[in-house]
Amino acid sequence: MHIVVCIKQVPDSAQIRVHPVTNTIMRQGVPAIVNPYDLFSLEEALRLKDEYGGRVTVLSMGPPQAEAALRKAISFGADDAILVTDRAFAGSDTLATSFALASAIQKIHEDMPVDIVFAGKQTIDGDTAQVGPGIAKRMDLQLLTYVSSITDLDLENREITLHRRAEGGVQVLKTSLPCLITMLEGTNEMRFATLPNMFRAARYPLKQWDKDAAGITDVSKIGLKGSPTIVSKVFAPQPKTIPAEIIDCESKQPKDLAVTLLAKMFTKFPNLHEDIAKANA
Amino acid sequence: MSEETEKDAPKKPAGRRKFELDPRLASYKGVWVFVEHERGVAHTVSWELMGEGRKLADKLGVPLAGVVMGAPGIQTRRFCEEAFHYGADLCYLMEDPLMADYRNQPFTKGLTDLVNAYQPEILLLGATTLGRDLAGSVATTLQTGLTADCTELNIDMENRSLAATRPTFGGSLLCTIVTLNYRPQMATVRPRVMSLPKPDMTRTGSIVEHALGMTESEIVTKVLEYIPDNLQGKPQLPFADIIVAGGRGMKRPENFQLIWDLAKVLGAEVGATRPIVQAGWVELDRQVGQSGKTVRPKLYIAAGISGAIQHRVGMDASDVIIAINSDPNAPIFDFATYGIVGNAMTILPALTEAFRQQLATLKVAV
Ligand SMILES: Cc1cc2nc3c(=O)[nH]c(=O)nc-3n(C[C@H](O)[C@H](O)[C@H](O)COP(=O)(O)OP(=O)(O)OC[C@H]3O[C@@H](n4cnc5c(N)ncnc54)[C@H](O)[C@@H]3O)c2cc1C
Ligand SMILES: Cc1cc2nc3c(=O)[nH]c(=O)nc-3n(C[C@H](O)[C@H](O)[C@H](O)COP(=O)(O)OP(=O)(O)OC[C@H]3O[C@@H](n4cnc5c(N)ncnc54)[C@H](O)[C@@H]3O)c2cc1C
Repeated sequence: MHIVVCIKQVPDSAQIRVHPVTNTIMRQGVPAIVNPYDLFSLEEALRLKDEYGGRVTVLSMGPPQAEAALRKAISFGADDAILVTDRAFAGSDTLATSFALASAIQKIHEDMPVDIVFAGKQTIDGDTAQVGPGIAKRMDLQLLTYVSSITDLDLENREITLHRRAEGGVQVLKTSLPCLITMLEGTNEMRFATLPNMFRAARYPLKQWDKDAAGITDVSKIGLKGSPTIVSKVFAPQPKTIPAEIIDCESKQPKDLAVTLLAKMFTKFPNLHEDIAKANA
Repeated sequence: MSEETEKDAPKKPAGRRKFELDPRLASYKGVWVFVEHERGVAHTVSWELMGEGRKLADKLGVPLAGVVMGAPGIQTRRFCEEAFHYGADLCYLMEDPLMADYRNQPFTKGLTDLVNAYQPEILLLGATTLGRDLAGSVATTLQTGLTADCTELNIDMENRSLAATRPTFGGSLLCTIVTLNYRPQMATVRPRVMSLPKPDMTRTGSIVEHALGMTESEIVTKVLEYIPDNLQGKPQLPFADIIVAGGRGMKRPENFQLIWDLAKVLGAEVGATRPIVQAGWVELDRQVGQSGKTVRPKLYIAAGISGAIQHRVGMDASDVIIAINSDPNAPIFDFATYGIVGNAMTILPALTEAFRQQLATLKVAV
């Protein structure tokens, strides 16, 4: 069995700061990490490999630095890693990104047939959740998003059974390989990197593919050209500055402050009485 | 917008550029809202979008349509009636037993076929598990642009294009995205971000029926079972009328009981900021904000919450906000309705008692 896991390197959003004057992202010193959602998919792939055997290939598109994310994946136990990197990809939106990744997966598939593709539920930077569905449609893979558990894999009949989160419940689905799965967060826990895998990750001869190596001939489908969406404006939220009415009273006692507040509030918003009574019913 | 260009964001603005729509796309007219439903109930995000779609359609001077797909029967047809009540002029209806449950393959084909046949200029879907699964598939199949999780939708009248605004980088910045020379222009919006319009029960509209044209044997994925969630005891913040929320200013998990006490008196749900959820004081379903729930209660009481933008975006559509914070310069006082500067540990019990008495007099009055 051959599994491809798509992983994206993202800036650690907890540490992102926005320049107060220019409204640009200040990336200096912000560490790059593997998109946290992708780890749930990578772990699930590694578990399938543990149970059924086979190989796990990790794939990323991004600048040369993104190789760090791929090495990280190898240290967790992935077998192979490919970085698709080319200036021509700059400015890609999700449609162009899914085209580039689908082309690369097709190329990988020609070398060694792919049974399952995993992607993360979404990223923490672009945060669109659109690339997984995009790859599946382009490659005609069965799309299985928001999967909470894989309950059965029958390699002989090429069938897979799993639980998928829907809005008001869980769907139990059975489908055929090849398929594309995105895992829900919190459904498993990434294993620790082992020492031998860490050594392997450090020495691993990572493959770097440019657009030609990834089998892309139609450059109108990648980069800015292949991206229907255009960012027309980036701006800081304009907070509505209607400052709060600060409640004050002579005694400054909590009890009096509370009573003053309620008197003011119920006078100005008389309907709140009814709303609270309703909530209490 | 990949890693390589977003560095230099904001990049060259496209808005001012002289723009002419490809003549082949000029026939795309009208605004569509995909009506999502499950187990016989429509998702309210569809009606929130209908309200928003109405405004866009009026600006453009075009009809607003609902798209309803499901198993044949009165239940599915009832969603068309509901769509009219919420503002649709017409509905595209696709009924087929194969669409009884949501599955990506028939729904993608169904929606794609409808778009190709009737050519809308704008197509809106809810950013739900179903909506995101479907929107990403349909946009790729149609090779058009899709903007995710928008918080504001507008029409750029200069070129009649959809200007979709969404938060980026955890809400610290907003960006407006346009899809110029592709149709339809697609966008998803999260539940509760837009307000729910008042239904007009007298409104009606016309129904256009279209066949799916698929057989079960063509559909690879089978639904073996559907296990409904047990909602008993699960927090339902997005639809709560009153929410009492606590932040890091509550200091210790024991103090959080004061939040629960006030919530109990008010019949309210309990909410929290991210640090509180991460510390495990309350469950994830109670997180309000950018990476949690968007709420629109009639009353939101925030205690020991600074009002960071990531929290604010999830709650500032509340009708009335009461903020309790010991720091008079806390950002939350910039947008709350009422503020009390003081120690939450003493203010909260006083507020609980004041509400209790108020409610007691109410009950006597009734
Ligand atoms: C602030 C901002 C807003 C944006 N808004 C939009 C928008 O509304 N519409 C739009 O079309 N584009 C948008 N983009 C562009 C989009 O982020 C890029 O196209 C990006 O390359 C992929 O999208 P994502 O990060 O949203 O991934 P998602 O679709 O959220 O990612 C899902 C999964 O796909 C896989 N994946 C995604 N990217 C890669 C990669 N480079 N390498 C390997 N695997 C990957 C991962 O497994 C990931 O978990 C936006 C970008 C930014 C920075
Ligand atoms: C990508 C990203 C996504 C995020 N998503 C979310 C999200 O969904 N939801 C969210 O909430 N946050 C989110 N955050 C975190 C957010 O940026 C803030 O860090 C967080 O909201 C702050 O929580 P807080 O107000 O509880 O804590 P703080 O900011 O530490 O504020 C505590 C407040 O309590 C006050 N205080 C202290 N003592 C007392 C007292 N005795 N009585 C009264 N007041 C007191 C202080 O003056 C202060 O204003 C996100 C961050 C990022 C980077």
